[in-house]
Amino acid sequence: MERPLTARVRADGEAVTLAEYERAGGYRGLRRALQESPADIGATVREANLRGRGGAGFNTGLKWSFVPLGPDAPHPKYVVCNADEMEPGTFKDRLLLEADPHQLIEGLAIAAWAIEADVAYIFLRGEYTDAAARLERALAEAYAAGYLGPDVLKSGWRLEMYLHLSAGRYICGEETALLNALEGKRANPRAKPPYPQVSGLWGKPTIVQNVETLCNLPHILANGAEWFKSISRSPDGGTKLYGASGKVRRPGLWELPMGTPARELLEEHAGGMRDGTSFRGLLPGGASTDFLLPEHLDVKMDFDEVQKAGSRLGTGTMIVLDDRTCPVGFVHNLERFFAQESCGWCTPCWSGLHWATEALRALEEGRGTPADLAALEHQTRFNAMGRTFCALAPGAIEPLQSALAYFRDDFERHVRERRCPWK
Amino acid sequence: MLSPDERREIEKELSRYPTRQAVCIDAMRIVQRHRGWVSDESLADIAELLGMSRHELDSVATFYNLIFRKKVGRHVIFVCDSVSCWVMGYERLYRALSERLGIAFGETTPDGRFTLLPIVCLGACDRAPAMMVDGTLHGNLDPDRIDPILERYE
Repeated sequence: MERPLTARVRADGEAVTLAEYERAGGYRGLRRALQESPADIGATVREANLRGRGGAGFNTGLKWSFVPLGPDAPHPKYVVCNADEMEPGTFKDRLLLEADPHQLIEGLAIAAWAIEADVAYIFLRGEYTDAAARLERALAEAYAAGYLGPDVLKSGWRLEMYLHLSAGRYICGEETALLNALEGKRANPRAKPPYPQVSGLWGKPTIVQNVETLCNLPHILANGAEWFKSISRSPDGGTKLYGASGKVRRPGLWELPMGTPARELLEEHAGGMRDGTSFRGLLPGGASTDFLLPEHLDVKMDFDEVQKAGSRLGTGTMIVLDDRTCPVGFVHNLERFFAQESCGWCTPCWSGLHWATEALRALEEGRGTPADLAALEHQTRFNAMGRTFCALAPGAIEPLQSALAYFRDDFERHVRERRCPWK
Repeated sequence: MLSPDERREIEKELSRYPTRQAVCIDAMRIVQRHRGWVSDESLADIAELLGMSRHELDSVATFYNLIFRKKVGRHVIFVCDSVSCWVMGYERLYRALSERLGIAFGETTPDGRFTLLPIVCLGACDRAPAMMVDGTLHGNLDPDRIDPILERYE
């Protein structure tokens, strides 16, 4: 089985060095990219069906196709690596950032060439201190080796790449909020359109891509779109970094073909549930995805199949709910997070998520009434997609609405017994 | 007044962005790295250097959770309170820490040694429950493991 993203990861936990990366074929993808036109690279990546690994699943080549190219296009153009991994339950980009920083730098350079960009920023969450140190070192190495700077691999193309450490807030992961953060402003999302591809950082064409998405590019360029599709078990190309946390025997992260069934992840790779616990459900891709139940475990973990099962692949790092953990408390923790991380811009989100959190708190503290259940139902409609300024609140209600449907009896028991039955 | 080191580090950031305002978050982080927090005086100095009003800069400062606008202890403990850590025993960990230090979230020990703060998911869910002390991650925690870790921070 091919594991292009993690094949070079060192057992000692240190970062892959530039020499090791080059020996393993590193920067071959960038060399090849520079021999092709940006439009051709876009077509290859589109054909490979590399779908955005930050959770939205948008075709990467298609995303680039909206950026104006050629001599009349506005400059400078920007590419931004979204390394603001803050989705609860998600820890996949950390591995790529810490273990193999040159792979990310090469992927970001390829994306930059594909849109004829001048400047690249890596937007890294401030708490990823090890990743920051390793990226700074790798960036210096890449500049010294001529992979970045005024004349990339003697092609005549100039690319500057900088690391920006964020000062925190989940909303910075939303791409237009991220752009405001990079401009030194409060990270409120922007209205779309215009889309960043046309008017992004300082009004110039910009693309924002997740770490894992970018890390796939060197391998697509080096091995081709057909190869990329062949290593997947799904129409979505490539492999996926899947993960599991919660009361499983072996929490962890595994690079597997895209489309690996949830059951295989849970039972083989995570080793099943810990002794004394049994499986009740899981969030397949971070906090902002709907629950899946035991009956869904044969779902293939790709973007379309998870959606058919009523949820989203999201980041592909599953959070497992066991029978010893209260589902209402679990969802209360999630909604408290989302209410706190709301940027405060639009009312359904800052107000609605607060009231949802308060209703859940009342249930957990034995003060819940049927009116609280009705209020929760109301909030799931009030914050639906299209009723809020950005996708934070619609994401926030995904686990809530599915918990209300799937664990209804647990919610009602909290009201009936005037306590949390798990406490 | 900003120190020569702070000023030099901020100038380096200025070369990386097309506007001065873009550097404001980096500038506050730089000052905080040197002084532990961002006082009203530092905020005014940074605002002046970058051509922003103090109020505009404060509106940015208060949006982000890693900018401290109040004095903190010599060491800052961030305890992850997000879902995977909650499932794996965050509440026991927090209670033990709080009792051991005699402070709640948002407080600093009387000797100025530790400040205790909650933090959103640290991306260490496979090592839950987790906390971060001064930029160093500690995972797979249980209340018995707290003391040996705290002893490392004087």
